[in-house]
Amino acid sequence: MMLHLPILPLLIPLLSGILLLLPPFNQHDQRSRWFAIVSSAMMVVVSAYLLWTVDQSGALVYALGGWQPPFGIMLVADRMAVLLVLLTSVLLFCVLLYGSAGEDKKGRFFQSLVMFQVLGIQGAFLTGDIFNLFVFFEVLLIASYALLIHGGGKAKTLANLHYVSLNLVGSALFLFALGMIYGTFGTLNMADMQTKAAFISADDVVLAKSGALLLLVVFGLKSAMLPLHFWLPRAYAAAPAPIAALFAIMTKVGLYSLWRVHGAIFGEHAGDLALVAHDWLWPLAWLTLVVGIVATLASQTLRMLSANLVLVSVGGLLLMVALNTPLATAAGLYYVLHSTLASAALFLLAGMVVEQRGKAEDRFVPSRPVAQPVLLSGLFFVIALAMIGMPPLSGFIGKTAMLQAALQGNMAHWIWPPLLLASLAALVMLSRAGSTLFWRSKGDRPSSLKAHPLQVLSVTLLLLCLPLLVIFAGPIMAYCLAAAEDLYRGLNLLQIMSEQGLPHD
Amino acid sequence: MTALWILLLPALGMVVPLLTAKWGRNGCTLMTALAPLAALLVLLQATPSVFQAIPIVSTFEWVPILGLSVSFHLDGLGYLFGLLILGIGLLVILYARYYLSDRDNMGRFYAYLIFFMSAMLGVVLSNNVVQLWFFWELTSISSFLLISFWSHKSDARKGARMALTVTGAGGLALLAALLLMADVTGTYEVRELLQQGDVLRASDYYTVIVVLFLLGAFTKSAQFPFHFWLPHAMAAPTPVSAYLHSATMVKAGVFLMARFYPALSGTELWFVIVSLTGMITMLVGAYLALFKHDLKGLLAYSTISHLGLITLLLGLNTQLAAIAAVFHIINHAVFKASLFMAAGIIDHESGTRDMRKLNGLFKYMPYTATLAMVAAASMAGVPLMNGFLSKEMMFAETLTQETLGALSWWIPVLATLAGALGVAYSLRFMHDVFFNGEPIDLPRTPHEPPRFMRVPVEFLVVLCVFVGIIPQFMVGDLLAAASLAVLQHELPYYSLSLWHGFNLPLLMSVVAVIGGAVLYWHRRHLFHFYGQFADRDAKQIFEGAVQALQTAMVAVNHWLDNASLQRFMFLLVLLALILAASPLLHLHETVGTQPQLALNWVVGLAAMLLIVATLLTVWWSHRRLLALIALSVVGLIVSISFAYFSAPDLALTQLSVEVATIILFLLALFFLPQSSPVIDSPFKIIVRDLGVAALFGSVIGTLCYVMLTRPLTSISAFFLENSVPGGGGTNVVNVILVDFRGFDTLGEITVLGIAALGIYKLLARIPLYMPTTDSKGHRWSQDRHPVLLALVSQSLLPLALLVSAYIFLRGHNLPGGGFIAGLITAVALVQQYVAHGVDWMKGRIVFNYQAIIAAGLLIATMTGVGSMAFGREFLTTWFDYVSWPIVGKFEIASALIFDLGVYLTVVGATLLILANLGKLTTTERLRAGEG
Repeated sequence: MMLHLPILPLLIPLLSGILLLLPPFNQHDQRSRWFAIVSSAMMVVVSAYLLWTVDQSGALVYALGGWQPPFGIMLVADRMAVLLVLLTSVLLFCVLLYGSAGEDKKGRFFQSLVMFQVLGIQGAFLTGDIFNLFVFFEVLLIASYALLIHGGGKAKTLANLHYVSLNLVGSALFLFALGMIYGTFGTLNMADMQTKAAFISADDVVLAKSGALLLLVVFGLKSAMLPLHFWLPRAYAAAPAPIAALFAIMTKVGLYSLWRVHGAIFGEHAGDLALVAHDWLWPLAWLTLVVGIVATLASQTLRMLSANLVLVSVGGLLLMVALNTPLATAAGLYYVLHSTLASAALFLLAGMVVEQRGKAEDRFVPSRPVAQPVLLSGLFFVIALAMIGMPPLSGFIGKTAMLQAALQGNMAHWIWPPLLLASLAALVMLSRAGSTLFWRSKGDRPSSLKAHPLQVLSVTLLLLCLPLLVIFAGPIMAYCLAAAEDLYRGLNLLQIMSEQGLPHD
Repeated sequence: MTALWILLLPALGMVVPLLTAKWGRNGCTLMTALAPLAALLVLLQATPSVFQAIPIVSTFEWVPILGLSVSFHLDGLGYLFGLLILGIGLLVILYARYYLSDRDNMGRFYAYLIFFMSAMLGVVLSNNVVQLWFFWELTSISSFLLISFWSHKSDARKGARMALTVTGAGGLALLAALLLMADVTGTYEVRELLQQGDVLRASDYYTVIVVLFLLGAFTKSAQFPFHFWLPHAMAAPTPVSAYLHSATMVKAGVFLMARFYPALSGTELWFVIVSLTGMITMLVGAYLALFKHDLKGLLAYSTISHLGLITLLLGLNTQLAAIAAVFHIINHAVFKASLFMAAGIIDHESGTRDMRKLNGLFKYMPYTATLAMVAAASMAGVPLMNGFLSKEMMFAETLTQETLGALSWWIPVLATLAGALGVAYSLRFMHDVFFNGEPIDLPRTPHEPPRFMRVPVEFLVVLCVFVGIIPQFMVGDLLAAASLAVLQHELPYYSLSLWHGFNLPLLMSVVAVIGGAVLYWHRRHLFHFYGQFADRDAKQIFEGAVQALQTAMVAVNHWLDNASLQRFMFLLVLLALILAASPLLHLHETVGTQPQLALNWVVGLAAMLLIVATLLTVWWSHRRLLALIALSVVGLIVSISFAYFSAPDLALTQLSVEVATIILFLLALFFLPQSSPVIDSPFKIIVRDLGVAALFGSVIGTLCYVMLTRPLTSISAFFLENSVPGGGGTNVVNVILVDFRGFDTLGEITVLGIAALGIYKLLARIPLYMPTTDSKGHRWSQDRHPVLLALVSQSLLPLALLVSAYIFLRGHNLPGGGFIAGLITAVALVQQYVAHGVDWMKGRIVFNYQAIIAAGLLIATMTGVGSMAFGREFLTTWFDYVSWPIVGKFEIASALIFDLGVYLTVVGATLLILANLGKLTTTERLRAGEG
């Protein structure tokens, strides 16, 4: 099975998603819940094992169909990819637990679609082929369109209309860009592209640049970079809680692609194409962070606040992408782990708050008290600390790392003020949100609807990851730095193929 | 390990109160006190080493990449603060046992208190700057929990939020300062950093560092203009105030200044900012304290004033001033803690803290009154008390200042004025509360508190007196050790004693005491003066400011994000336009070297048609049916050009997709208005959008032209060479689809399947308006299923299925394949729906489309998994040629099974979408429960 290890994180969700549509699972609630949870647990185990293997023995390459790269499609399980694969698997497990508390039966195909969504995400992380990346983008997008309307409702449909329309244009642009890239590079294999980038003929450089910049638009749309971020707040705020939590990883797919394509392929060693996107990325990333802060301060509901905090984290991460140093990428990777888990937990918690506050939902107005004030406010407190970036949770390490990366990259004067102000804005808003939602109650009869144990378990599991990220911050940061260095070094295809016994010429 | 244990014991003790809360109040208190007590013993055991300045350090690696380590050290300054934190903390624990009522959750309170205690210990013992900040923030968080302990009170919530916001903001500035300091000096270790003062002062960043650093310290220590949060933190239970505002929270700021004194002080910048801020804070605090009617309010402003005093001393840039600052840290902690506790007793036993009501309490609680008055005397700086000594040292230091040039005499004068104000409010505290007539309308008849509630106060007051009389014996060594840590080199000569002879500082003290008495005597005029100014509540102002900020941000955000898809789309296309076009500006030659084909009339005509049809689609976009027809022309010409340029597979695919799409459109159009107003956007928006669309089109067109006129060197030759030997098929396109890039195809059919599921979900939920007539008011035809259509369709079905089977089977070698075959089958079946209606089909099509999709995906996936069983990579194909009688030689290929999966998925997905969309108008439509 060792040979097939890199593809297992894709095969498990694909097969699970398919089997969940068929008897004996498709008509049976409990059975489909358990099946999905068990297979996601398997994914956690497999991904963890994959990570361990890759960390021990270096990147694994998997040539689909047995066709040697760069002709066939290959999967690349390197440190960066498998870290995110593991993160997604953990997130999937928690989301399925939460969904099993009842959200999954508000519409059909929940488990199946979640599996397909994760297939798309994992595929985007693992693929080493840029057209295949497009395919997995499509998989994750189409699944997210379907999941966003899960349970129905006007807000979801409207948000989805915006989301789908923009992404359709995005997909078209992606194809344009791929055409130009293939027209100039003559290859779709990303490792191959990384070695060829410096040798693109002067005549082709212009086309390649256009293609690369169009890809910046595509990935920028996916990761919610200004001015392409407008779909995010409403979509994330409208989505059902477990789906919003799952979406927490989606913007990271765009960021990951930026790292892979604009950080590595069009990186420092790409000759005339070196850092082609970075002049644009800088101001856009910076403005994303600033607009994120504005939107955060303007938030009126907990779900909207959570969504806008995602935007803020995207802004910070885009700045790390723009810095494009190993330390910045390592800091960004660590922050991806932290912010994905923390914001997923916040979305899930917001779901419970909405259920318990009746008509007021999660708006920042006094309402009747929630049924479980101690539990919910306790969880909220912990999540809030993490989101602000306060110790003792992982946010502070991520933030410190990002600040240091900015300092080392001589960009502290630009990056520090918005990054620190973002923390302050989060602090102001979350402290107000918490004290209004949990302390300022009106009317004395609390709602009787208590959170399902699975919901509590799900959020707790996510939150347990955060102290682990702090305690093991040393090895994790070291891993992230190694992953970043791998990224910039690129793959030596010939060497790997001969090591793994693949056909090559 | 000593330094670590001092922190670890209380940190572990945090859970103790929660576990022992059910043991009753005494049990819980006792158990809670154990951990801090143990930590205090560990600390005391280290006394000899600390006094001999033997470094006690314990360091563990944590995140070396970020310079973050777990590193603790115990030096004189840390020792002094540790003593205050643990000592006063224990007294507060004892005191809180009697202060809290039965309704308060004692376990939670103690847990927060111990949390806070641990955080403070972490700050003072940290030897790593990032770790120091870690604990610094924890003090903000834990103090938030403590201040908001009575969370049902609006005051407590707002006060806590304000404290958190202000100190949190300062914390961020501090983090920036600490990271910069570490960057400049190259070390994250506090001990090493303190030796690098010269490097820091010479650095370009010095100004930034000092400003950010002081922002952190000043916000925490409530220095002007950040002092406003402190009085509102008084909404906390009094034990919390006694702890936070005497020995701990607010002292963290001055601790920080003292800690980094050797590294940052010694410049004009430091002197000016620190001493001026300290001076202003001292004066403002003392002045405002005088007018507070609330007992705790008076103490709060007095705290601000004394913190100002300490800050002033740290800014005076003489070594003796720094020593005096350390001394006053001790003295203020001792007398202020006792005063807060006394205020709490008075509140507890009389039911109010309003000094306009509290009068003449001496009669009711003479013992407590005496204690409180002794402590207040120390606060005023009366001889024989500890407060006198440090205040006099301060006076002495102000006399030596020359930095304000000819105006340097201001410093001692203002210091004396602040001293006089201090005497005045202390007098008010004593006289108003304990004498001054009889109490007015007290909720309760006051009496002495329980015995043990007084013990902490007694202990502290005794300290005040003993330190005041025999300072060298009481705190001489401690002060020396702490000062050594602050100055980092040999101490200058100073004398700790009550009597220094008749000198100028003594005169200043006398002037302050007499002046204070006079001020108090004429307080009525002062109150009148103060009353001229509108009383401003910092809480309201702060809340108002935050809300104004939010309102402004809502406006800005609304201006940016108007929820209009048109705008979002415009921005997306505009950005793509700018980014894609920008490199083109640097291209000199549009036409490349690739030899071009000659233009013939067929191509020219097709191109013309294409352009016209495209324009018509746009022109008719408001008349949907016409637009659709124009669009189908575009599709057809694209299909034809694929065929013309020798891409029959693409042509077939495009053609069948075209058919399915048009049916889909027609079904969807039924639910939309037949036409929409031509102008539904402002004219300038239309011009804007048209402009961007035209520009973007021209850029993409140019890019295509540039690309197509250049030679392509790619990996495609490999596919041509390996199609037959490696993939077993002569149709390279199909071999690419099912073999070379079969993984992409698997992904794409998954997309198709998911799309069908998503549309199914959408259709089940969406309430649609069902028109009964067309746009001109004609009713729909009664003959829904014309006989002729039904007859023809039905007889065409077997033929269509046969064609699709043929196309499917030959796909590997000739144009065709699973995808095209699937579409043909699906369209043939949809035609039956159209011709016969849903009811007729219901009895005949019994399979479930979802199951077909799933089966198709499963077959395709399992084909890939199958190759894994043979030890090959996923989706590795196998083929062989066999000869059968009659049939002859033919090929079996695993790719055909994969293609079957494709076929089934396409059929299932297309039918799931089209059939359910068609069913919307019938009784068979999906219901909300089904989606």
